[in-house]
Amino acid sequence: MALSPTGRRRAGRADPLFRAGTGAVAVLVIAVVLGILAVLVNDSMLSVRKFGLSFWRTRTWDPVAGEFGALPFIWGTLYSSILALVLALPVSLGIAIFLSELCPRWLRQPLAFLTELLAAIPSIVYGLWGIFVLAPGVRWLEVHTPEVLRRTPFFSGPPLGVGMLAAGLVLAVMVIPFTATVAREILKAVPVSQREAAYALGATRWEAIRLAVHYGRIGIIGAVMLGFGRALGETMAVTMVIGNNPQVALSLFAPQHTMAAVIANEFTEAADTLYLNALVEIGLVLFLITIAINGLSRLLIWRMDRTKTRPTVVKTVPLAA
Amino acid sequence: MTFLCALSVVIALVPLAFILFFVLRQGLPALNWAFFTEMPKPVGETGGGMANAIVGTGILIGLAALIAVPIGITCGVYITEFNTTRLAPAVRFAADILNGVPSIVIGVFAYAIAVLPFRRFSALAGGVALGVMMIPIIVRTTEELLALVPSSLREGALALGATRGRAVATVILPAALPGIVTGVLVALARVAGETAPLLFTAFNNRFFSTALGQPIGSLTVQIFTYAISPYEDWHRQAWAGATVLIAAVLAFSLLARAVTRRLERMHRG
Repeated sequence: MALSPTGRRRAGRADPLFRAGTGAVAVLVIAVVLGILAVLVNDSMLSVRKFGLSFWRTRTWDPVAGEFGALPFIWGTLYSSILALVLALPVSLGIAIFLSELCPRWLRQPLAFLTELLAAIPSIVYGLWGIFVLAPGVRWLEVHTPEVLRRTPFFSGPPLGVGMLAAGLVLAVMVIPFTATVAREILKAVPVSQREAAYALGATRWEAIRLAVHYGRIGIIGAVMLGFGRALGETMAVTMVIGNNPQVALSLFAPQHTMAAVIANEFTEAADTLYLNALVEIGLVLFLITIAINGLSRLLIWRMDRTKTRPTVVKTVPLAA
Repeated sequence: MTFLCALSVVIALVPLAFILFFVLRQGLPALNWAFFTEMPKPVGETGGGMANAIVGTGILIGLAALIAVPIGITCGVYITEFNTTRLAPAVRFAADILNGVPSIVIGVFAYAIAVLPFRRFSALAGGVALGVMMIPIIVRTTEELLALVPSSLREGALALGATRGRAVATVILPAALPGIVTGVLVALARVAGETAPLLFTAFNNRFFSTALGQPIGSLTVQIFTYAISPYEDWHRQAWAGATVLIAAVLAFSLLARAVTRRLERMHRG
C-alpha cells in the first residue's frame, strides 16, 4: 500500500466491506427501536380511534362491555413511581455522598459492589420476597398505624398488606442502585478544584460537599430521572404486591394497579381485538413515557459530564445502567 | 451528617441482606436433587421438581444469545471503530433507548412479530423477546471492553498493513475476548431472570418440551405461577427456584468483576 499522505488517509477509511457489513448490523438496532414503535402504533389503532383521548380520562375498565378507560393504570404507575422516588432519593444521595466523599478507601469498592448487587436481583425474586415477607410486614405496620393518621385520606381503608405502600417500598429498593450509582459518578466528576476552592475559603467539609452536590445538581436530577424511568416500567415485582385493583385512590393502603401490571395480567386473556388494542395502547404510552424520561435523563447526565469535567484531566465517566 | 450518609448505605444494604437471607432460608431446605431432575407433580402430591423449567430457561437464553451476541458484538465494534461517522452516535442512542424500554413492552413487540403470525406461543418467540433485551447490554459491554484495549495494539496491527476488519478480527477482538465472554455471561444471567417478556411469548408448559415451535416452561414464569398459587408445597418450590436464580446471578456478577479487574490491571500495568 502506498504510504504517501493521501494514501495513508485512504487507508484510514479503507475496508469499505467491513464498514458496510458492521454498519448494516448496527442499523438493525435502530430498526428494532423503530419496529417496536410501529408495532405498538399499528396494534393500538382500533382503541385509539374508538376512545380517543377519553381513554386516559375515564376509569371504567370493563372488558365484557367493551368499555376501556386507562386512568386507574396511569394513576397507579405515576403514584407508585413517584412514591418510590421520594423514598429512594435521600437514601441514594446519602449513598453517593458517602461512597464518593466520606468512605475509607478500602471500603469503597466492596460497598459500591454491594449496592449495585441490588440491581442484579431478578424482579421475580423481589416479587416473591414482596408477597411472603414484605406484604405481611407492611400489613403489621398498617394495623399499628395510629387512629389519628388512619382518618386522613392517605392512610384510610382496611390494612391488607398488599397495596400502594408495599409497591412503593419494593420499587424504592429496586431504584436505589441505579440512582445511587449514577449520582456517585456525577459527584466523582465534580472537579477537585471546586472543593479546593471551597476549603481555601475556609469551608468545612460539609460545606464543601454541599457545594459539590450543588455543582452536580443537573446530573443528579438526571440520575433521579433514570431511576424514575426504571420504576415506571417495572412489572413483576409491582404486580405481585400492589393488589391489581384498578381504582384511583389516594390511600397508600389501597390495592391499586399499574400500566405494566395490567398488560402482564390480562394480555393472554384478551379475547377480542378491541381489548387487545386497548392493552397495546397502554403499552404504547408506557413506551413513549419511558423514552422521554430516559432521553431527558441521558441528556442531563451527558451535559453534566461534558461541561463539568472539561477543566480537569478526567477519563470519561462510565455510566452504569 | 456523616452518620446520616453511612446510615443510608445501611438502609440500602438491609433489604439486600433481608432478601438473600429469606431466599436462602426458605430455598435451601427445599433444594434437593429431585428439584433439578424431576418434573412438576400434580397439585396435592408433594415433591417433584422443575427439570422442565430449568431446561426451558436454558433453551430460551440459548436462543436469545444466538440472536443477540452476533448483533451486539458487531454493533459494539462498529461504534468503536467508526466513532466519527454520523451513524455511530445514532446507533449508540438507539441502544440506550432499547435498554430503557420496559421488558413488558418488549414482550408485546415479540408477541406481535413472533406469536401472532404463527398463532401459537413458542420457545422461539420467547427467545426473540429475551434476545431483543440482551442486544443493548452486549453492545454496551463490547464498547466498554474494546475501549480498554491499548491503542498501541490497534496501531501495531494497522502499521503491519492489516486492513481495518483484519485488525479487529485478529488483534483487537481477541485482546478483549475474555471480557466480552464474561459480559455475555452476565447478560445471560440477567435475561435468565426476566419474567414479564415471557408471559405471552414462551408462555408456560408444565411438561417437558424442547420443541422450538411449542410453548415452553421457564424458571421465572414457573416461580411466578407457584408464588401466586395457594399451595404450600408450590411456595417451597418457588423459593428453591429463586435460590437457583440468585446463585446464578451472583456467581456471574462476581466472575465478571474479577475478570474486568484483571483486564484493567493487565492493560494498565
